[in-house]
Formats: sequence, C-alpha cells, structure tokens
Amino acid sequence: MNEMHESSDHLLHDLMAVDFVLLELNLYLDTHPNDAQAVRQFNEFAERRKHLVAQYEKQFGPLMNFGHSLSPQPWAWNNGPWPWQM
Amino acid sequence: MWVYEKKLQYPVRVGKCDLRMAKFLSEQYGGADGELAAALRYLNQRYTIPEKVIGLLTDIGTEEFAHLEMIATMIYKLTKDATPQQMIEAGMGPHFAAHDHALFYENAAGVPFTAAYIQAKGDPVADLMEDIAAEEKARATYQWLIDMTDDVDIQDSLKFLREREIVHALRFREALEMIKDDRETQKIF
Repeated sequence: MNEMHESSDHLLHDLMAVDFVLLELNLYLDTHPNDAQAVRQFNEFAERRKHLVAQYEKQFGPLMNFGHSLSPQPWAWNNGPWPWQM
Repeated sequence: MWVYEKKLQYPVRVGKCDLRMAKFLSEQYGGADGELAAALRYLNQRYTIPEKVIGLLTDIGTEEFAHLEMIATMIYKLTKDATPQQMIEAGMGPHFAAHDHALFYENAAGVPFTAAYIQAKGDPVADLMEDIAAEEKARATYQWLIDMTDDVDIQDSLKFLREREIVHALRFREALEMIKDDRETQKIF
C-alpha cells in the first residue's frame, strides 16, 4: 500500500513537472508565435507527456473524462481518490 | 468545450485543521481578485477581443480554474475536521450556519461572489489593462496570505500561485503591446 502511494506520488510529480513546462511554453508561444525553437520544445514535451500519461493511467486509472482516457472494466472514472482527497 | 483532468496543477499539502487560514484563503476563492473572478473575466472577454489574443485569454482563463481547484483543496482540507465550536471560535460561525462544511463562493469577510467584480468593456486596451491589474492584485493578495501563515506547506502552494500571477501579468502586458502595435499599423496604412 505504502509502495503504491510512493509510486503514485512519483509518477504524478513527473507528470505535473512536464505539464508545467508545457503550460509555460503554451502561454509563451501565445505571445511569441514565431519562436521555432519553443515550438520544437513544446512538441517534444507533448510527446513525453503521452508516455507519462499512459504509464500513470495503467496504474491508477483514467486521468480524463469524456473519452480522452480509456476505461478498464468495470467503469473506473468514479473511483477515488479525487485530487482534493489525496 | 472543456475536459477535466483528475489531478491538481501543483501539490497541496495540508496536515492540520486551521480555520483562521481557511477563512483568509476564501479571498482567493470568491473574492474580487480571486481565481473565480479571474477565470470568468478572461473567458468572457474572449468573444470580443482581437483574434491574436483569444488563445492567451482561453489558456490563462483555463489555468485559473486549476488555481481555483488548488484553493478549494486547501480550504476543504483545512476545515473538514472542524467541530461547530471550533468554527464559531475561528469566526466561521456564520458560514457554518448557512453552509456547514461546504465551500461557498465568498470573500474572507463572508461577502458572496458577484459578477460586479469583473468587467468586460469591449475595448481591447481597457480589457487587457483590467486583466493586468487583476493579476497584480491577486499577486499582492497571495503575498499577504503567505505573510499570514507559518505553515510551510501552505506557503509553498501559495508561492507557486503568486508566481503564476507574475507570469500571467507579463503575458497580458505582451498581448497589450501586440494590440497597440496593430493599432499603430492600422493608422499608418
């Protein structure tokens, strides 16, 4: 149980870090759309994000609603913990 | 269209019940310069802002909802184990009488949220100036909140949010310059 929590924290932390990079690049690019280097970096991190999300969801269930994540059997979206319960 | 992601933008760690701080944090939940006001302000301005800035307003408006969820998480965790007596002692008696342990869109003084906090002028310069001011006011509020607690975990999350306000203000300033440049160009030709 403890191990699972640690692993969850670790993966979640990595995902938050990658998402932060993507968010920052996204806002930066909104006002600097011609920075080719930043676009390359954005796409690179977007790819990295896909792998992290796949790893995370395999262990802890769907991250997003409305078909952006696959569901195992039975329907797993209702399963906690929700972010404010962690 | 929006989709939900089952995670916080940045960790919120709360290990104790602190009703006094929860009440102060309400300022950033349902206050004039809070996260709800910010999200609603930017997303509402999108429809009439020049094309170049729609993406930025969409993205920052969306990020504000992630901040709102962080503040909600702090308030929820700080209050969930409180007894009615503790609520009364911390000045949250009136809140408890109307809402029990539920969160409510109100400011630190218990005044309910109102759309009158936010403006949509239809003039891009006026709207972006308001957005820059909103970010600076939110940054100042986060500083006062950081100064009001010695809980290092709460301070850590609040410092993250304070830094986000600084980045948003910078991006809005750049957007304002883009719009001004366009106006100048239109005058010349």
